[in-house]
Parts: sequence; C-alpha cells; structure tokens
Amino acid sequence: MSQHTSGLAIETAGLVKTFGETRAVDGVDLAVPAGTVYGVLGPNGAGKTTTVKMLATLLRPDGGEAHVFGHDVVRDADEVRGRVSLTGQYASVDEDLTGTENLVLLGRLLGHHKKAARERAGQLLEAFGLTDAAGKQVKHYSGGMRRRIDIAASILNTPELLFLDEPTTGLDPRSRNQVWDIVRAVVAQGTTVLLTTQYLDEADQLASRIAVIDQGKVIAEGTKGELKASVGAGSVHLRLRDPAQRPQAEQVLRLAMDADVQLEPDPVALTARVGSGASNGQGAAEQAARALAELARTGVIVDNFSLGQPSLDEVFLALTGHDTHDAKNSTDTDDSKDEVAA
Amino acid sequence: MSTATTTETKDLAPVRTESLAALLVTGERPPRPSALSASLTFGWRAILKIKHVPEQLFDVTAFPIMMVLMYTYLFGGALAGSPKEYIQFLLPGILVMSVVMITMYTGVSVNTDIEKGVFDRFRTLPIWRPSVMVGYLLGDALRYTIASVVMLTVGMILGYRPDGGVAGVLAGIALLIVFSFAFSWIWTMFGLMLRTEKSVMGVSMMVIFPLTFLSNVFVDPKTMPGWLQAFVNNSPVTHVASAVRGLMAGDWPADEVAWSLGWAGLFVAVFGPITMRLYNRK
Repeated sequence: MSQHTSGLAIETAGLVKTFGETRAVDGVDLAVPAGTVYGVLGPNGAGKTTTVKMLATLLRPDGGEAHVFGHDVVRDADEVRGRVSLTGQYASVDEDLTGTENLVLLGRLLGHHKKAARERAGQLLEAFGLTDAAGKQVKHYSGGMRRRIDIAASILNTPELLFLDEPTTGLDPRSRNQVWDIVRAVVAQGTTVLLTTQYLDEADQLASRIAVIDQGKVIAEGTKGELKASVGAGSVHLRLRDPAQRPQAEQVLRLAMDADVQLEPDPVALTARVGSGASNGQGAAEQAARALAELARTGVIVDNFSLGQPSLDEVFLALTGHDTHDAKNSTDTDDSKDEVAA
Repeated sequence: MSTATTTETKDLAPVRTESLAALLVTGERPPRPSALSASLTFGWRAILKIKHVPEQLFDVTAFPIMMVLMYTYLFGGALAGSPKEYIQFLLPGILVMSVVMITMYTGVSVNTDIEKGVFDRFRTLPIWRPSVMVGYLLGDALRYTIASVVMLTVGMILGYRPDGGVAGVLAGIALLIVFSFAFSWIWTMFGLMLRTEKSVMGVSMMVIFPLTFLSNVFVDPKTMPGWLQAFVNNSPVTHVASAVRGLMAGDWPADEVAWSLGWAGLFVAVFGPITMRLYNRK
C-alpha cells in the first residue's frame, strides 16, 4: 500500500499534452477521492483519453504534474503501473487469442504461476458469464462480450485504481446496464474508478463527482447535484397536433415556465429548457405541469409530452455557450474510436 | 442512444456480481514476474498466434524450399559442375541467407501489432519493459528453427551431406538463430519507427537484399572486384555463412564464430536501446 495520506487517488496540477499545434490537454487540475467513481464528461476530442493515458503512464505529460496514490506518473511510473488498470475505448485484449488465453497471459505477466493464472482466468470468465466463449478468439466476440473480457482482464489483480475510458460507447442499452453493474461491484470492493464518458446519464448513474472537460480544459467540476443545478433541471419536449398552434404554445410556455423555448425542425415540436428552480422555487415537474395546464386552458392540443434530463449538448450549451459539435476540431485520440460492434 | 451493436448479448449468460465481488476481495498480489519469465510469457503469446493463424508459417516453409531448389539448380551446373556438388557448398550459405531474410517479417508484425489496443495494456503492466520485444523475437526464433529444419531436410534430399554430423549441424543452426535473434532488433526498430506496414517492407528490402546477396553465400569472393571484396569480406552475413559452413563441415572456425557473435552483440547493443526508446515513446 502507498504511504500517502491525502485520501486522493489522483491529483493533477496544470497537466498539459500537446500534439503538434493542438493542445489536447491544456492545464487540467483534478482531485479524485479514493474509493469513489469519478466521472470525466466531455465530447469526442475533448482530451479525455489523452488525460487518462497520461495518468496510466502511457503518455508523458508535456507540462504540469500528476500523482496517482501519491506517486508521480513520470518518475515513479512503475509504482503507478502496479496499482492501476486501464480499459480503453477499444478492447485492450489480444483479438487473435481466446478469452482464456488472454486472461492466462495477463495473469502470468502479473506474476501468477501457471496454475493460479488458469484458475483465476476460469473464475473470472465464469463470473462474467463468458464460460461458453472461453475457447473462442476474442475477434469473434460481440461488443458486450469484449467489454466484459476487457474489464475481466483489468481486474485480474484487483487494481487500486481502474481507468474506464468510455466503457459503454457503442454498446446497446442492455449491455450498457451490465457494464454499469460490473462497475458498481468493483467500486463496492474499494477500487477507485476514473470513468470517462460522453453520456451524462452514465456519469449520473455511476459517478459521485464529475468533471466536465472541453477542449483540454476542465470547465466545471463538482458533485452531480452541483453540476445539475448549474445547468438546469432538464427540458420539456412537446409535440402538438396542429402546427398552426405552435406560436401560441411557444408563448404560453415562455410565460408559464420562464424558460428558453426552442422551435424544432419538426413543425409540430418544441422544446423548453427548464430553469434551475428560478421559477418560484418549483421543481421541473411542477413547472412542466403548470405549463401543461396552461396549454390545455388556452386550447393547444398536445399529442406528446416528455420531461428529459439535460443532455450532454445542453450541459455544454449551458457551460460553454457552444454545443458539442463545435468541440470536434481537435486531433485528440478520442476520435480514433473503434467500432465495437462485432 | 449510440450506434447499433450486435444482438448476441441477449444470449449471453448474466454477470454474476456476487462471485465477482468475491473474486475482487480474494485477489492477492503475487510478486512481479522476472525479466525472463515475462519474456517467455510473451514468447508463448507469439506461439499462440502461430497456433491460431498457422498460415503465417508459409514464409518459413514454402519460401526456404523455393530458395534451396532455385539456387541449387540455377547456379549448380555453371558454378560447380553439377547441382549435387554445388549444394555441398551452397546449403549452409543459403540457409543463412534465407533465415536472415525471414527475420524481416518481424518488423512488419511489430508494426501492425503495436497499433492494437492490447499494447496499451502491456505498457501499463509493471514488468521488465523490453520483455514484449524479446518475446516477439523468441517466437520468431521458433520460426527460424522451423525454416532451418525444412531447408536442411530439402538439402539432404538433394544430396547435401554435412561432415560435421549431428553436432556440427546443431551448432551451425544454433549460431544462426542466435545471430538472427540479435539481427532482428533492426527490424523491431524499423517496425516502431515507420508508420505503415508498406514502408517497413520497403525499407527492409533495401537493407536485406544488398546485405544477403553481397556475401560469400553463392560464390567465392576472390572473383569479385577489390572494392566489393572489401565489403563482402567484412559483412556480418559472410562471417555467419563461413562459420555455419565450417561448423557443418565438422571444423571449428573459431575466428568466424567470434566475428558472428561479435556482430550479434553489436546489433543488440545498438538497436536494442533504440527499439526500447521508440517503444517507450509510442
């Protein structure tokens, strides 16, 4: 175990990485408490993967400092390597080998004897529901199976810190939920998890603190509650029966909810962003209910209504004034995403 | 949500979070593996890859057979009176030439393999760093052995008779494999340095053709112009070919063996560190 006592699994100060002209990571400060899931949220090309790679000793920072459990990622790289595991966006296992062979190989590299490595591989495959696929080459695995074998490989030795770099990108909702269950089980045993994701609901489901990063900089950091409060509670989406009623509906919403109303490309749809409780101290649902009642009273026919969480786009709009698509002009490795579909 | 994926997951057994939790707490940390053990484990990986894609053995079976047959019958009559007499001179040399040529594939496989996600994992392991590369070359040493055995077999069928007997032949092959292992560090360097598989192939050809043909493999260097003799007589391939020829003929060519091992040491000393520098930077 490490000597340090600050209770932080990761601590970075002014971390910088440049690729040519691009500052992929541009002065990132993070403080990740041990034993928690810490979410790093941002669009493609924001610098998430580059940050993770520096913390996992794969890339050397061009500036700033990073410590993992008190060990410098450059000077004490080997100490750091002994404590962390990394699961990348693409499966970090050998596609030509079978599930068992992959786990035995890594088990041996972690210092297990042949017998112990085989035993542990068998147990992990069983726990991950992969026993039937144990003898198949990983290249024949489905996206969900790959994530599982990948995470299994990461916990061959229970790591103190696990990096999950977009663990559910490209997965169907069912597989995604299973990955979430695995992450919860891992954290419950005391492992710290640094999770990068493009999905707000994923960070919401798993992380206790979240850093939002954009163009290599942390633009917001805090608990989920703090972050949401800064963004607003979400959006109300409406579909009307008659497009002619849209201007009227827009006006009603604007008055009733004190919200920004956006007209969608679809001529019967409109979206209202619910303010962060500014409206008479009411919650989003109350505000929406009031707006619906008001619409009914004025004779606007609403066919469909939904109250959504703020999306990543909305978080970005609120925090940066531009949406996620503008942030893509970087050459960050986030872009080199593999297709996970088999 | 996101891009669609497969439907296979539906048939997948569920994750057992209870047994997973049990596995996570019991996880004991064994001591780190030694440099040798890590290298051998990577060697095992290379062998597993051969097992899964046996077609890749084509270059250590068909290619060497072709080389022996081609050069024996192409030059045999002209250079030594008959193919049968020529092969007595040619076989050790063509063996060296072919195996040294085969080492070239190391660069290509390093180049394609290194881009894969699994290397990120290898690099985050607390192991002796060169073990990944050493493992590659150990796997390749197996391929060189296969090629050597194949060529000797074909040679014997065509009439090659080594006077050094089994001991001489084994000593010759052993020396060749040690040299090839050391020489391959050039390719690991190029494999990491160059961006594409094609450029690795191109550069490798530029190195390998002059180096192997400008040697004493086919003819006695005495017939060559002086400036060429100067190159040929000092080429590592010439030294290895002479040493292997001597050993298989039952002699003990101490000078040539020493020169071969000296070159081998030099290759590792120069290209090993460059390879590792590139590997750490990737």
